[in-house]
Amino acid sequence: MPTNTIKETPNIKNAQIHLLERLTNTCAVSGDEGEVRNIVLKEVKPFADELSIDALGNVLLTHKGRGKKRLRVMIAAHMDEVGFMLTHDEGKGLFRFDTVGGIDIRQLVGKPVWVGKDKIPGVIGAKPIHLTTSEERKKVIPLDSLRIDIGPDSKHKNLVGERATFATEFVRLGLSIRAKALDDRLGVATLIELVKHAPDNIDLLAAFTVQEEVGLRGARVAAYSLAPDIAIALDSTPAMDIPSWDGEENTHYNTKLGSGPAIYVADRATLSDPRLIRLLVETAEQAKIPYQFRQPGGGGTDAGAIHRQRSGIPSVSVSIPGRYPHTAAGVAYIQDWRNTLTLLHKTLTRIHPDILSNPR
Amino acid sequence: MKEETLSLLTELIQAPGLSGYESSIREIIAKEWETLTDDLQVSPIGSLHGLHEGTLPKPRPSILLATHMDAIGLMVTGIVNGFLRITAIGGIDHRVLPGQLVTVHGEKDLPGVIIQPPDHLLPEDFRKKPIPIKYLLVDTSLNPTQVEKMVHVGDLISFAQKPIGIGKDIIAGHSLDNRSSVVALTYCLSELQSRKHKWDVWAVATVQEEETLGGALTSAYQLHPKIAIAIDVTWAAGPDTPKHKTFPLGEGLTLGWGPNIHPGLYNEFKEIADRLEIPYKMEPMPRHSGTDATALQIAGQGVPTMVISIPLRYMHTPVEMVSLKDIKRAGRLLTEFIVNIDENFMDKIGFEK
Repeated sequence: MPTNTIKETPNIKNAQIHLLERLTNTCAVSGDEGEVRNIVLKEVKPFADELSIDALGNVLLTHKGRGKKRLRVMIAAHMDEVGFMLTHDEGKGLFRFDTVGGIDIRQLVGKPVWVGKDKIPGVIGAKPIHLTTSEERKKVIPLDSLRIDIGPDSKHKNLVGERATFATEFVRLGLSIRAKALDDRLGVATLIELVKHAPDNIDLLAAFTVQEEVGLRGARVAAYSLAPDIAIALDSTPAMDIPSWDGEENTHYNTKLGSGPAIYVADRATLSDPRLIRLLVETAEQAKIPYQFRQPGGGGTDAGAIHRQRSGIPSVSVSIPGRYPHTAAGVAYIQDWRNTLTLLHKTLTRIHPDILSNPR
Repeated sequence: MKEETLSLLTELIQAPGLSGYESSIREIIAKEWETLTDDLQVSPIGSLHGLHEGTLPKPRPSILLATHMDAIGLMVTGIVNGFLRITAIGGIDHRVLPGQLVTVHGEKDLPGVIIQPPDHLLPEDFRKKPIPIKYLLVDTSLNPTQVEKMVHVGDLISFAQKPIGIGKDIIAGHSLDNRSSVVALTYCLSELQSRKHKWDVWAVATVQEEETLGGALTSAYQLHPKIAIAIDVTWAAGPDTPKHKTFPLGEGLTLGWGPNIHPGLYNEFKEIADRLEIPYKMEPMPRHSGTDATALQIAGQGVPTMVISIPLRYMHTPVEMVSLKDIKRAGRLLTEFIVNIDENFMDKIGFEK
């Protein structure tokens, strides 16, 4: 069977932005990725030589190249997002809930939410300021005092166990986009484009993974199944390029919006393979694509699980910078997204079978 | 009626109109009241006065119904690298601000989001704690040059959370305090079109309640009513709220009681609510009412005042919740009160001599 590929160079245009809109408006809290998976499957099916959904819900796709000595290159983008689970029904539409994934409790207060697959509207409110003391306002409102409220006259039953997300609609603002779950629907949307435009010098193994936000669980088993030669984790990383309170230079910005794809050298979970970093950097320099190094430090991506799978898989992460991940509204630049797609596509076409025979 | 209430409320809460800058919201209300009133005026500081004439011979006594139309929000205090520093207009708990969608009213309206900088960009005292408003920022996603061109210190910022229908009867959103009462008053005016009443009725949408009460004070002076009623929202019971200071959402109104309330007026409203079987609770207000009535009472030579409140959950957050049924109940109670006032009403409620 001939492998299906779109020959033109991939780009971010209205169609891609519209797909990202659908992806970010969809809810897929870790462990409940079905709705995003359905979108992904529909998009990638025509381009797959092999396609499967594994035991955890990962979408595993193989797009075969041509010729001999093709490397098996895995690219992973996680489908899940941080969110909430309803844990106890107090009656009259009020639910206790817990967070899924790393969410700052200070970001929850006063937000609308969507509950379950039907996106039942609800809110997380707060005690009126008039009924608080100034001492109280110096303390974070604990999760224990917050409820998801779907209204006293709600007819919905049996909602305990349902997931919920921030109810933020995607919006394009000129050169920027604002949405929930840009971490990592930006990666998912990019990986879909790479599948559609897969070069034939490699076997492209696309893993749309689950449960990244609760411990890289999907990527771990996906890498085992796909058994790639090398791997790239495609994610969105925080851009903390905002001013310091006292005017001091902000030297810990992690990444900056507008500076292009962020190449990882090291984070808490992975020391990237230098051969892959070199390949990415050379490609970017040659093609004059702006890029930045993500400031080494904490954090982690699917690469943290992938590089230790089987007998070891040389791995690197590339991220699209995004402001305010894990909050109700993230912000990213379309140009950074486009440059990330271009860099990855060009890099894939330059992967030579001998790359791993170079010293690490 | 439910659809009309809903669509008017939805329109009103999406209109800007922060305290001191009420013209946008006033224009919408004026359009709504134009056909429901015999005369429409704007006070020197921006309150809207709508007159519905009574049937007694002139000079007729009048009743003033005050609903404040201003909303809480934010103001730009500075611009740093394209990010906006902010302060509050009205009482806002800074803990509700991080992550809120807003509209910056610059050279044109710009969408923005309130951001809580990462701990390492804040003074050490506030790490892992609620961040005071002066350290929060607004990001408009524009580059610094564009921001400098389009936004100025002193520009206003409104909450941009869209109205949300919750079940059949509940609306959630910002500025439901006190646009809900404006809708109740509008409902009353439309009822009065087919009901005879003896006194003149002044429907007033007041300015600046959230900051100075200046609107209510000056309108009561100018219009010189015999009686003044403030219609506002009160705290609905919700998560973490004290039982003894809150009222159930969607289960009726509250009638204020205390030094800000004329006891004769309270008794009249209570009697009418009982007769019409409009559910209500007495809301004890031991000192002041925290509403326009505080100012109405002491305007000119003093005015007998009353406070009617609609329970509202999560007050002064962008996800306030209110019941459409309660809004309608407030409108009905006002209507019935107005059609029941006669020539001798003041003698009836007066203090014993």
